[in-house]
Amino acid sequence: MEALMTDLKTKIIEALNLKHLKPEDIGDEQPLFVDGLGLDSIDALELIVLMQEHYNIKIADPEQGPKIFKSVKTMAEYITSHQAA
Amino acid sequence: MRSLIHITGLGVVSAIGNSVDETLQAFEKGTSGIGPITLFPSIHQNQLPVGEVKLTNEALASMLGLQQPITRTAMLGILAARQAVKDSGIKNLNSFRVGFISATTVGGMDRTENFFIDYLKDKTTGNLDDVVHHECGSTTELIADDLGIKDFISTINTACSSSVNSIILGSRLIDKGRLDVVVAGGTDALTKFTLNGFNSLMILDKEPCRPFDASRSGLNLGEGAGFVVLVSDRVLKQESLKSHAVVSGYANTNDAYHQTASSPEGRGSFAAMQQALEMSNISIRDIDYINLHGTGTQNNDSSEGTAIQRLFGDEVPKVSSTKAFTGHTLGASGGIEAVFSVLAIQKGWAFPNLRFKTQIPELNYKPLQELRKGLTINHVLSNSFGFGGNCSSIVFSKG
Amino acid sequence: MAVYINGIGTISPQVTFGDVPFLEAPKDVTGNRLTCIEPEYTGWIDPKAIRRMSRVIRMGVASAGMALKEAGLDKPDAIITGTAFGCLEDTGIFLTKMIENNEHALNPTPFIQSTHNTIGSQVALLLQCQGYNQTYSHRAFSFEHALLDALMMLEEKPLSVLVGGVDEVTDHSFSIMNRFGLYKDDSVSNLNLLESKTNGIIQGEGSSYFLISSEKGSNAYARISNLATLYKPVDGTEIQKWIKTFLMNQSLSSNDVDLILLGSNGDVTKDSVYSEVASSVFPNAAVGVFKHLCGEYQTSNAFAMWVASKILKDGSIPSTVLKKKTNQNPERILIYNQHLGHHHSLILLESC
Repeated sequence: MEALMTDLKTKIIEALNLKHLKPEDIGDEQPLFVDGLGLDSIDALELIVLMQEHYNIKIADPEQGPKIFKSVKTMAEYITSHQAA
Repeated sequence: MRSLIHITGLGVVSAIGNSVDETLQAFEKGTSGIGPITLFPSIHQNQLPVGEVKLTNEALASMLGLQQPITRTAMLGILAARQAVKDSGIKNLNSFRVGFISATTVGGMDRTENFFIDYLKDKTTGNLDDVVHHECGSTTELIADDLGIKDFISTINTACSSSVNSIILGSRLIDKGRLDVVVAGGTDALTKFTLNGFNSLMILDKEPCRPFDASRSGLNLGEGAGFVVLVSDRVLKQESLKSHAVVSGYANTNDAYHQTASSPEGRGSFAAMQQALEMSNISIRDIDYINLHGTGTQNNDSSEGTAIQRLFGDEVPKVSSTKAFTGHTLGASGGIEAVFSVLAIQKGWAFPNLRFKTQIPELNYKPLQELRKGLTINHVLSNSFGFGGNCSSIVFSKG
Repeated sequence: MAVYINGIGTISPQVTFGDVPFLEAPKDVTGNRLTCIEPEYTGWIDPKAIRRMSRVIRMGVASAGMALKEAGLDKPDAIITGTAFGCLEDTGIFLTKMIENNEHALNPTPFIQSTHNTIGSQVALLLQCQGYNQTYSHRAFSFEHALLDALMMLEEKPLSVLVGGVDEVTDHSFSIMNRFGLYKDDSVSNLNLLESKTNGIIQGEGSSYFLISSEKGSNAYARISNLATLYKPVDGTEIQKWIKTFLMNQSLSSNDVDLILLGSNGDVTKDSVYSEVASSVFPNAAVGVFKHLCGEYQTSNAFAMWVASKILKDGSIPSTVLKKKTNQNPERILIYNQHLGHHHSLILLESC
């Protein structure tokens, strides 16, 4: 899980062009949207692409986004549970 | 004191018809033009419904007397613009100071995206004829050259509000005495680029769209062209032309909220409608019908719907989105819907909002479910709101 | 009714921003492509917003910010942008991935940033400007129509309007235009462009925004008198007649023009129209050129308008611009530019 979260943080920084951040700057449970990193709806769509491209997970309904992308930890948990299936 | 700007010619081609007459028949029968993708191969074929004009590129070229097809955007534009000029009653455009103002978001992308297939494999390949008219302005000039207009030619690109802005600019140029006649509107062809672009935003409905419905889940892309011929009052009288309607008010504002989403309270759209009404010097009670932007996305319909409710209060007039018929024709939507708005005035009709079932809970009104005829339609408000917060509204009134 | 240029922001292949001497040491670039020298953007754009912006959008937003700062304003009443090609980089990125990935897993960001109105919209978003916002994408009239729109607005109301001309060149666009045979071979130095005696041009790019108003600002550069465009003239006679009529309509003659600033681009065949205009219509005026500094691109008149404005403000013509000298102090400048023989434009500026 740790390794996955670190990997995710690196990929998030790259996908969202958060050049001023390093993986260690993003807390595992830090809110990604609104407060915390302050990401927006376009970023959520980019994260959906990230999930598909790097983890082979398809999220068809953007409404699921707020729950899955709450934090790096919730993303990692979603990946773990859906990749195992 | 503003001068009267008359509309004396209409031309339109969309998924529901290749002319004004065919369009009116489709409204009467309630036949939507939404269907499967046929224009190009795509993984989204049979997944994403679209509003295609029912003419292949070869058929269009043949109809227009072209030796071979050119960019579809220009061909759709030529078809509609020629209709508008013919309808206008003006025998020789060039006996006036005449302008052509078009709008497009895709330009020649329908051909460019084919070029890139070869080009990406080998930069020395790809047919250069496919990219020579890539630029928005180039597709406009293909239409202007066809009409023989050269005094003033321009292209506006403000996403989905583009062709209302063309009509606004044309009206301003006539009002200021810089031009006498302007053919104004817009054209956009369906392209793989835009289809995939909108799909990446996850705002396309996998079913035929349901604008202003509580269960709406996105838009269907469309294509087409809509042009009007604007003339000054002096030209109208001098040539004894028939005024279909007048342009009585308009406004262009910016929502400045987000690159693609509209503000929840619809501040940009509210301001555009309010300022357009102010300019036309009519009250909210005088508006007989609103042709909504009404794309069918959660965000637009909620935002636009709220702005209308804030502006009209308990006196929201008849409203409908015709995008349930045509799909969202992007840069052409303002021009196409301007033609629809003028037809509403001429015929005394208010168009239905197809597939509507359930009122949006936060709104105190709902769109028309049936075509209404025999009405007195004196003033129509037409809305076009685009990415980048570009909001434009225009009021057409009986001439 | 006078219209003043109160602030300008220019990003170009020369050093044209910051506190720098005016074109004193022009860049010497060998090759057929000039690339903009860009500022440190974090000084002009919120870092959180920059991350999504492609180069052309950063250039547009930053130059708009520079213009506003010079004019001493936080926000304009209206934003009007001219861009012929829009956001080419993002267009190329989205198109490439769409084809290479066969329409799978496409990123929305380059798509939404690819629309032509993104530049003007991002300026509005960052400034929270809810006023009139327009984008013209009509080839080599894009900037001219943006300027015309602004002048028409100012006839009605005392406003402050940001007007810009922005275009970029990308590797794809350069590669494709090259195949059309438009460029010189790559052995020419831009500073010798107009002496090259060969066909072809060098590709340029740039972004210039102007804050214009009917009220004269403390930093005002110049007054804009008028502009005109001409599409597909038949021959040189028509062009010259058009220029003379334009001046007559301002109650001026060609002798009233102190400097004619020409868009000569080094194409030995096509540049003849400029030398004919200079010798036939303006035999007594000083002659200047600018495209060796910015390259050829469809909104290059925005760069020219910056050059002319600076000349009028400073009262002197940089030696790299001046081709034919006179004793006249430049108080009235006419910019004459044309693109591919089809799009001709005039912008008349006066000192204030």
